[in-house]
Amino acid sequence: MNGLTPSTLYLATAILLILMGLAAVLVKRNLLKMVLGLSLVDTGIHLLIAALGAHPGRTAPILDDAKYLADPHTLLARVNLVVDPVPQALVLTAIVIGVGVTALMLSYVVRLYARRGSLDIGEIGRLKW
Amino acid sequence: MKQIFSLALLAITGWLLWSLVPYGQATEPGPVSSHYIAHGLQENGGSNLVTSIVVNYRGFDTLGEVTVLFLSVAGAGFVLRRRSGQRRVAPRPSSEFVQTGARMLFAPMVLFGVYIFVHGHLTPGGGFQGGAVIASAVLMLLLADRDHHLPHGFMGWLESLAGFGYVLTGFLGLAIGGSFLANKGVLPLGQWNRLFSAGVIPIIYTLVGLKVGTELSTLLDVMVDSGRDHGEADAHGQKGGAA
Amino acid sequence: MIIVDILICLVLLAAGVGAMLQRNLVASSVLVGVVSLMVSILFLRIGAPDVAMTEAAIGAGLSTVIFLIAVRRTEEEEQ
Repeated sequence: MNGLTPSTLYLATAILLILMGLAAVLVKRNLLKMVLGLSLVDTGIHLLIAALGAHPGRTAPILDDAKYLADPHTLLARVNLVVDPVPQALVLTAIVIGVGVTALMLSYVVRLYARRGSLDIGEIGRLKW
Repeated sequence: MKQIFSLALLAITGWLLWSLVPYGQATEPGPVSSHYIAHGLQENGGSNLVTSIVVNYRGFDTLGEVTVLFLSVAGAGFVLRRRSGQRRVAPRPSSEFVQTGARMLFAPMVLFGVYIFVHGHLTPGGGFQGGAVIASAVLMLLLADRDHHLPHGFMGWLESLAGFGYVLTGFLGLAIGGSFLANKGVLPLGQWNRLFSAGVIPIIYTLVGLKVGTELSTLLDVMVDSGRDHGEADAHGQKGGAA
Repeated sequence: MIIVDILICLVLLAAGVGAMLQRNLVASSVLVGVVSLMVSILFLRIGAPDVAMTEAAIGAGLSTVIFLIAVRRTEEEEQ
């Protein structure tokens, strides 16, 4: 188990999540299952991006302690104290967008069901529009 | 054939993603991140660097993001709109306890959401999290009392005002500070770790919180409320009532 | 404390596999919510409390609710 850093573990988990969701999208025939799979891909991508910025031994990027308020010449020392905040900001944005997109997909699924009476992707593809 | 293709696609994707993984060592922040970490506090006054980046350094992105959220909610509302002439099936009302309890808890939950986004520049949290908490308060009300209706006019006004305020703050920064959403000079940065500090960041995050809260509440209302009449025959060319 | 991380990752992956194999769509949606919740714990562990809050409130909370509403409105077992 030596050599396995948390960061590698998170990245592996994230990749497995992405593949799992992708497999569901490719294999499943139920529309809701496919949307659930896309949701898993979404979660996996969030974990992937956030884990790329992870750094063991550094704290959250919130400078609420007096030790961060150093003189200007030690400003760069802060970089060694906190985690990279940019991936976190990106993931924050992506999560909110993700729920909006998921809701839009689900409303289309509900609409298709109301119209066709089926959630099977094959049924829907075969019918004429 | 299909299975082989799917498996090959998955294998290639997994291999490509795995090649991204830096084995063992963690990545160091790049020059842009380093600048944010080193000078973010001096330039913006907010303790929470993620908030500084989301609201100020990349505030234009956030404006676009809130717009995307608005568009997706509008799209869901359009797709799930109720046709005119369709009647809602009256659902069985929930018990008195549930209704009263939900009404009692509604105000504290909204207050908690407001607390989260007002303190976004000091503690973890902010407009998106606070907005989600407010939306869950609204969801509780909607589930407890099936006949409850959101005041859509009020929500629409609040949402538009929040968006307008965001853009206005941006242009204020352009006029005074020299760039869109600039923080310098518009409002004093204040003292470190105080509620009234960090210039325009708390204001913008409050507006974002209101906007996200109203948008997510409307989304939940659309999905819960229009759900009682599925299986309808689809009438073509009929003008539906706005959701 | 990597053992905690490994445990969380295992629970997360098990929930994901369960969500994809489960035929009951309600159970599937809830399991996807469990995945989101576990990921939010991981975010907390890598020093991203903002992201953890967002994932817990939006990914595990609202997203699951939206899925459950959609499942109720389609009301069908997966064939």
